[in-house]
Amino acid sequence: MAFESLTDKLQNAFKKLKSKGLLTEEDVKVALKEVKMALLEADVNFKVVKQFVSSVEERAVGADVLNGLNPGQMVVKIVNDELVSLMGPENAELVFQPGKSITTIMMCGLQGAGKTTATAKLAAKLLTKGKRPLLVACDIYRPGAIKQLQINGEKVKVPVFEMGDKNSPVDIAKAALEHAAKNDNNVVILDTAGRLHIDDEMMEELIRIKENVDVHQTILVVDAMTGQDAVTVAEDFNERIGIDGVILSKMDGDARGGAALSVKAVTQKPILFVGMGEKLSDLEQFYPDRMANRILGMGDVLSLIEKAEENLEIDEETTKDMASRLKKGKFDYNDYLESMKQMRNLGGISSILGMLPGMGLKTKDLEGAIDEDQLKQTEAIILSMTKEERANPKLMSLPRKGRIAKGAGVDISVVNRFVKQFEQTQKMMKQMPGMFGGKKGRGMFGGLGGMKFPF
Amino acid sequence: MAGFFSKIFGGYKQIDEDFYDEIFEKLVTGDVGVRTSNEIVERLRDQVKENHIKSPEECREFLKNNIKEQMRLDEDAFAFEKERSVIFVIGINGVGKTTTIGKLAAMYKNEGKRVLLSAADTFRAAAAEQLGEWANRAGVEMVSGKEGQDPSSVLFDTIQSAKAKQVDVLIVDTAGRLHNKKNLMDELEKMNRLINSYYPLVHRENLVVLDGTTGQNALNQAREFSEVTKLTGFIMTKMDGTARGGIAVAIQSELKIPVKYIGVGEKITDLKRFNADEYVDSLFE
Repeated sequence: MAFESLTDKLQNAFKKLKSKGLLTEEDVKVALKEVKMALLEADVNFKVVKQFVSSVEERAVGADVLNGLNPGQMVVKIVNDELVSLMGPENAELVFQPGKSITTIMMCGLQGAGKTTATAKLAAKLLTKGKRPLLVACDIYRPGAIKQLQINGEKVKVPVFEMGDKNSPVDIAKAALEHAAKNDNNVVILDTAGRLHIDDEMMEELIRIKENVDVHQTILVVDAMTGQDAVTVAEDFNERIGIDGVILSKMDGDARGGAALSVKAVTQKPILFVGMGEKLSDLEQFYPDRMANRILGMGDVLSLIEKAEENLEIDEETTKDMASRLKKGKFDYNDYLESMKQMRNLGGISSILGMLPGMGLKTKDLEGAIDEDQLKQTEAIILSMTKEERANPKLMSLPRKGRIAKGAGVDISVVNRFVKQFEQTQKMMKQMPGMFGGKKGRGMFGGLGGMKFPF
Repeated sequence: MAGFFSKIFGGYKQIDEDFYDEIFEKLVTGDVGVRTSNEIVERLRDQVKENHIKSPEECREFLKNNIKEQMRLDEDAFAFEKERSVIFVIGINGVGKTTTIGKLAAMYKNEGKRVLLSAADTFRAAAAEQLGEWANRAGVEMVSGKEGQDPSSVLFDTIQSAKAKQVDVLIVDTAGRLHNKKNLMDELEKMNRLINSYYPLVHRENLVVLDGTTGQNALNQAREFSEVTKLTGFIMTKMDGTARGGIAVAIQSELKIPVKYIGVGEKITDLKRFNADEYVDSLFE
């Protein structure tokens, strides 16, 4: 798919930067050219891309390359940081009226954006938060719209207020608020008809609703697959009606979702939720970092960088300790166990390999090749050893192996194989004692490429 | 939609990199996509060289004709309208399948054909009511089932009815489904086989409906739906907004699937047979 070839392209561009030590203007330009294309392919609006790229360029040129990252990764990091901050905040919440007063929410958007579905999903979500929502059928135009809302309301057990298709949406909204007050509903959600942002008459209708009832939150529902025109739509709705937040629908598809960035950039209004599926419970919180990853299509290269950074700080002490022991030529089963733990902290081998750029495509093969179950087995074998055996590998003998095999619940041949592997590793460690003398950002993880653990 | 390119050609005195960049920008802004836009610009570069073109204004006709050529329909593109046919309408949620079917029904009915609709969207709440309303407006008959019923059984019933009544056109409405949901796509495949088995001798038209405001994902949609059945064309809806629907150019160029109809509004008459010249001219007006 186009998706993968683009990731490839980016990675190739970043490869060119890899061997160089500094983040020069030329490097940044090369990398950002690919980033620009990636964003355009993801449907981020052209103007938004232009602005974004130039602001990143300013930040990136001359920036310090963090320890442990190559210049390419550094550019990705900056691009990603910028994307995340542009798309945030993470915990945007709907604002409710204080006390017992009714909060009125108006949903709006183009035809087919998924308003009716999102409306019911939102009601379901509010219900779980202890609100008493009322759904209101203000779409008097689309055949079947009222019925659709009624059925959805029934499914999520939220009452639906409707007056057929002969009354104006303004009158329906007014009556709905009276109805809500009588029936003790504290949130009223108006489902309005889909409309084009250039349809003056229809846009006027939304304005009239706002003039006649107190709408506290106006939510624009945007299809995650929208193309370049997302900016025009969002701008028009925001300028003419005024919106307070956005729901991004159809995020369970495979669209890269660049519209999210476009809409956020032009309206500055938070993305509140994302619609993730057909089921009416599928309305999820919005995570700017996940969205950034998705739009950029860079695999999870960044979470790898972050994870490595976090873990290395924690493990620095252990690593230092281990390094000094290794320098003396000591490497026992405890060290082996420790190094395994470090690998685990990074999220398991196959997940690490999956996250590495260039590796992503082959993750499936690697999952087969490196067996997490086998890691567990190895761990069980070491844990079945006595403290003495762990600290002094030379103690190992046939009866001991037999006991360990029983303890670990494996055949003795498995223990034999492991002990042999361990001895090989031990030899290898002695041959290159410099391995663990890492600066921050290298250490165990930095050595991963050069050192093979016989797991 | 109009005035897409109008500014560029007047604004440049010579053909330089900025000029090409701006054409690229305009194309991408119209959702034509990076790859196809690049191809179009490269083609123009070659033509400029070959034909020793000096002024930007001269490029206009070349660019126009390039896109027109790509978008032009085969002569027999609408042949199915003159035969007994079944139109299998598929697409993701919210693109306007049901509305489009209503418009198609009205169009064929007005041309004197006997039309039957199959409400095989048994998933979305009130989908059959919506199609039923369109059937009323168009004055055609419809066969429907219950919500949650196997759509294939509704389709089967419709086919029996179509045979008995000797209708000219059978139009099948299906539930919107995202193209990356395997089980739903399998269901569609089943319906496809069912038509093959039980209604084999009529002309088969398989149309995917795409939302004109959709970006590059429309390519994925067209690609995935063509795995289910051999697409004979697509319908571009919501072309009355400010979106250019340039993804149609990309689909035509990359997948060789032609646009057959475009939806330009909410009225029952707001559906047009696609005309490449008209479409492209409107971009350059």
